[in-house]
Formats: sequence, structure tokens, C-alpha cells
Amino acid sequence: MKMTRSPLLDERLPAWRAHFVMGLLLLGSLALVGRSLYLQSINKDFLIGKGESRYERVIEMPATRGRILDRHGDVLAMSTPVKSIWAIPEDAKLTPAQERALAGLLDMDTRELSRKLAGERDFVFLKRQIAPDVAERVADLKLPGLHFQNEYRRYYPTGEVTSHMLGFTGAEDVGQEGIELAMNNQLAGKPGSRRVIKDRRGQIVEDVESIHVPQEGKDTVLALDAKLQFLAYSQLKQVLEERKAKAGGIVIIDAKNGEVLALANLPTYNPNNRTHLSGAQLRNRAFTDTFEPGSTFKPFTIALALEKGNVRFDTPINTSPGKLTIGPATISDAHPHGILTVAQVIQKSSNVGAAKMALAMPSEDMWKMFDSLGFGQPLKMGFPGEAGGRLRPWKHWRPIEQATMAYGHGISVTLIQLARAYQAFARDGDVLPLSLSRVEVEPALGARVFSAQTAREVRTMLEMVVQPGGTAPKAQVPGYRAAGKTGTAHKLEGGRYANKYVASFVGFAPASDPRLIVAVMIDEPSVGSYYGGDVAAPVFSTVMAGALRTLGIAPDDTLKPLLMANVPSVPPAKEEM
Amino acid sequence: MARINAILLALVLLSALAAVSTNHRARKLVTEYEREQQRMRALEVEWGQLQLEQSTWATHARIEQIAREKLGMHAPKAGQVISAAP
Repeated sequence: MKMTRSPLLDERLPAWRAHFVMGLLLLGSLALVGRSLYLQSINKDFLIGKGESRYERVIEMPATRGRILDRHGDVLAMSTPVKSIWAIPEDAKLTPAQERALAGLLDMDTRELSRKLAGERDFVFLKRQIAPDVAERVADLKLPGLHFQNEYRRYYPTGEVTSHMLGFTGAEDVGQEGIELAMNNQLAGKPGSRRVIKDRRGQIVEDVESIHVPQEGKDTVLALDAKLQFLAYSQLKQVLEERKAKAGGIVIIDAKNGEVLALANLPTYNPNNRTHLSGAQLRNRAFTDTFEPGSTFKPFTIALALEKGNVRFDTPINTSPGKLTIGPATISDAHPHGILTVAQVIQKSSNVGAAKMALAMPSEDMWKMFDSLGFGQPLKMGFPGEAGGRLRPWKHWRPIEQATMAYGHGISVTLIQLARAYQAFARDGDVLPLSLSRVEVEPALGARVFSAQTAREVRTMLEMVVQPGGTAPKAQVPGYRAAGKTGTAHKLEGGRYANKYVASFVGFAPASDPRLIVAVMIDEPSVGSYYGGDVAAPVFSTVMAGALRTLGIAPDDTLKPLLMANVPSVPPAKEEM
Repeated sequence: MARINAILLALVLLSALAAVSTNHRARKLVTEYEREQQRMRALEVEWGQLQLEQSTWATHARIEQIAREKLGMHAPKAGQVISAAP
């Protein structure tokens, strides 16, 4: 076969051309390998993240703030989820009919709603903290530009009755006052989050991992007894209205274990609606306000004199002529009493008698006693704003100061300090630290201040105060043996004693085995008498009677006709100031 | 040889199908579990609200008012109380 030869094929191609093509192919495959290396190892995390974000979601897991319960488990404070509705005004173009429907559901004025939606801002809260079912009905309207946000709202079912004890929380559910602040760490929950896989319909199909486990807030059980709290609050309120007093406070303490069973102050506020709050309403007077205790301090002076062996129960003290001059100053009794026994100094509340006993003692001993009773320094119960009161160091005491301190002037205390110090008499001479939360184990013994013998003697003297001839027959508790001491103190205003008074009564019952200590303080009673025995003692009596009955404490006294202040045969002693 | 291959192939197919269906079932169960959890949370919220409602109804002020005004009750006077010895 003959073949024609093509001249083109005969031409030899240069070798570099083949090499060039080969090189190109090699480069191409190298680029591919490089790219895949880049994607597979260097850029891997970013790509995996991007991929996961297509189907994985991080879900927030909210934690609820713990409840506050009273000693019997009644709810005093509790958080419940609510919704806040916000809108982007630009997106929320509503018809007038829609606006009316929305305003109706939110319980708002239609004009106010349209004003909010017409605003220039990008974000506006329409209404905060609405009930979830209302929010659901709003969501059913399917209005454009409306968004919902989950929040918690704290409710206080007992309202103003417990407000000073509990305090309140702010918008973010963080404690701001009272127990809410003091125990915030325990109450607050920690929200958590977890990663899940969601399907096309938004349902969770796989639990990938939990990022932070949410921690629910722990419930706090207080020592407070809601029943006693209401009793104390309502009685205090009543007397404040009757006497047109400026303020008042009341504290109930369990003498057996130092639990604070009730604590109320007036004026108060409703923690559920805090739109108009004044500083006076917010003040937790029992903890933060100091006052000169007046005669409620005399038992301490006399206990110390008994303890030192300076006097005995029946040692006569000459209080005649009802005046005592120390340097430039004069201490006086409102009514001269002549010669009184030590017990009668308490019963009739003689300033001169108490001052004389104090002056026979070294000032250091008095200071030590006041200090060990807890005066002059905050009780450190963890309550915000606790005041310590004024107790000057003994080295700087002048004799006149020592004399006035004997009957509670020139020294200042808080109501809770005073109530706590009376433990020394209600118990056999020792004081326990107070507790706001329930005490599970009965404490053995507190810090000893007086001997049991002294405490019992003073207890007997304090019983005489509420008996005929004492300063506070109105403090009698029918069926029980009560004991206590009145106080009526001039108020200090700008360094001078003004014609304004603080009436107080601190006492305990049943005197045979004291269980409860009640301290009442009424600031500036302006209608009728301002004596502690007339203003504060009746509050003590009703609160103590109700509390003892509520707690089921057996009466320790036979019933006798109640001796009131106006029994003619024995005129009641009037408080000294 | 060919027969063994065919059997193995069938087994692989079967196990693959079983894996798919198990996964599907697992996801369904997770969904159901989540739904129940949500229901639990909703019930907890409702319980909380009921607790609040209860303590609002049981406020001592309200009880006292009803006892005094509606039922005409009063606290016993000291002479009316008889205590029984234990």
C-alpha cells in the first residue's frame, strides 16, 4: 500500500511544548491540592462553624430567682415570668382599629400608644412586665413590628406588711433592699445555655451539649412568722393613726433562740407598686434609725449595780428631793419620790435613783456592759444599712454623761439592738446573736452579761412595772405574767432636746419562762399622752397577747380583773424624762 | 463467591436502613422530650402563679376582715379561753 506522506507530520515539534503542557497540568493539580489543604485543615473550624450554624442553635435557659418563705412555708416573695412588649416604630404601621385593639389589651390609652409608635426612636417599650396570657392574646393579633421579651417580675403577696423586712428587687431581678439584697447571692439564679440541633420546623431534634448548666435560685426560709408580722404591723398602724405619730417600729424576737419573728416599721410602702417612693417610707427604722432609748435603759444600769454587789433588791435609795446636781447640770424626776428601794426605782422609773447607782460604779464597767449587750456597734446580721448607735469610749465620759446614760440619754441605739439586749433579762443573763433565717438547732448559751441570779431579780422588778403602781399597767397581758420597761425620751434636734418625744416599751412574757420579746417605738405621738406607758405599752399588750395565743404558749397566770391606769386606789407612776 | 457478596451487600443495606430509622426515631423522641419539658416549665409557671394567687387570697388582712365583718367573729377574751392540761 502506498501512502502519501504528510509533510506536516514530518515536521519535528520542539520538546518544550510538551513540557509546558505537563507543567500546566501539574500546577493545576497542585493548586487543587493546596486549596483542599486550606479548606480541610487551615480554614476547617470556620467552615465547620458555618455549617453548624445552619442547623445548630444555642438556647438560653433562664433561671428563676428563689422564693422567700416565712417560717411556715408561706410565700412572701416570688418571681414569675412576664413578657415585655417592644416595637420598632418604623415597622409597626398599625391601622386605627388595630391600635384600639392593642391598647385595649394592654390597658393603655390609645393616644399614648400612638404617640409611642409615632416617635422617632428605633426602639420603644410599649409595656413592660405584662402577664403571659395577655402577651399571648397580643401575639394572636399578629401585628407587624411588635416583639416580645421574656422577663421576670417579683411579686410580694403580703405587700406593705413585710416590705421593710423583704426589701425589693430592681428591673433586672437583682436585690436592692432588705433580705432581697442581704441574701441576693443565695436567691439569684444563674441562667445557662445549651446547644441543640433544630429541624426545618424549629423543633429540637438533638441535644448536642450544655454550655452552662442553669442554676435555679435557692429558696430562703426566714424566721419571720407571717401571722405575727401582720399582727404587729396592724397594731402599730392603728396606734400611729390614733396618736398621729410621725413614725414607729416594732420587733418581736424569740427569746429562746434569737429568731426575729416580726419586724415592722411605719411609714411603709407597697413593694408591688413603687412608683411614688419617699425616703421616709423606705427607711427600715428598726435597723437604721438610732434614737435615745430613755428609761428602757434603766434596767441595765440596775442589773450592773446588782451584779457588782453595790445594792440589793431592797436597798433603799434616797431620791429626795427629786433633783441631783452634777457640776453645772441638774437631773430631775418629774415627781419627787423620796426614799425608794432599788426595785421601786425601776417600777417608778426614777432618773435620780438610776443616776445615783450609776455614779457609784466605774465608767469602764458600764461601758463594758453596754458593749457586751451589743450597743454602739452594728449587729452585723448582714442586713443592709444597719446602724450601730452612739456609745462614746468610757475614757471620755464626764460624770454627768455617766449619770444620764444610766437612764438612756447621751447614748443612742436602734430598736433591734434594744430588743436583743433585753434577752439578757428574758434569758438567764446571756444574749444570743439574732437570726433572720429560721434556726434549726436550738443554740445552747449566748454571751453571758449578767449572772442568772441578777437576771431573775431584774425580771421580777420588770414585772412590777406592769403591775398597779408601775409606769405601765396598760402593758398587762391577760392570762400571762408580763414584764417590761417603758421609755419616754426627749428627741434631740440640732444638739438640743426639743419638746418632741419618742415613746417606747420593751418587754417579754410569760415572765415565768420568757418566750417572746416585743419592742415598740413610737416617734412623736402628737395626740393625747406621749408617755411610753400610755402609747407604746397598749401595743405591747395586744401584740404580746395575740402572739402568745398564736404560738399556743400556756398561760402562767390566773386571770384577774385587768387593772387599768385609771383605777383610783393606786395611781400609776408617771414616766420620768 | 458472588453469593457471599450478594448476602453481604444485603446485610450492609439492611444495617444502613436500620441506622437511618433509629436515628429518625431518636430525633422524634428528643422532640417529644423537649415538648414535655416545655410543658413542665409551663406548668411550673402556672403553679407559681397559683401559689401567688393563693397567698394573695390568704393575706392575713383579708382573712381578718372576712372573719370580723362577714362571719362576725372576734378574738376570745381572756376569760373565754379554757386551756386543757396536757
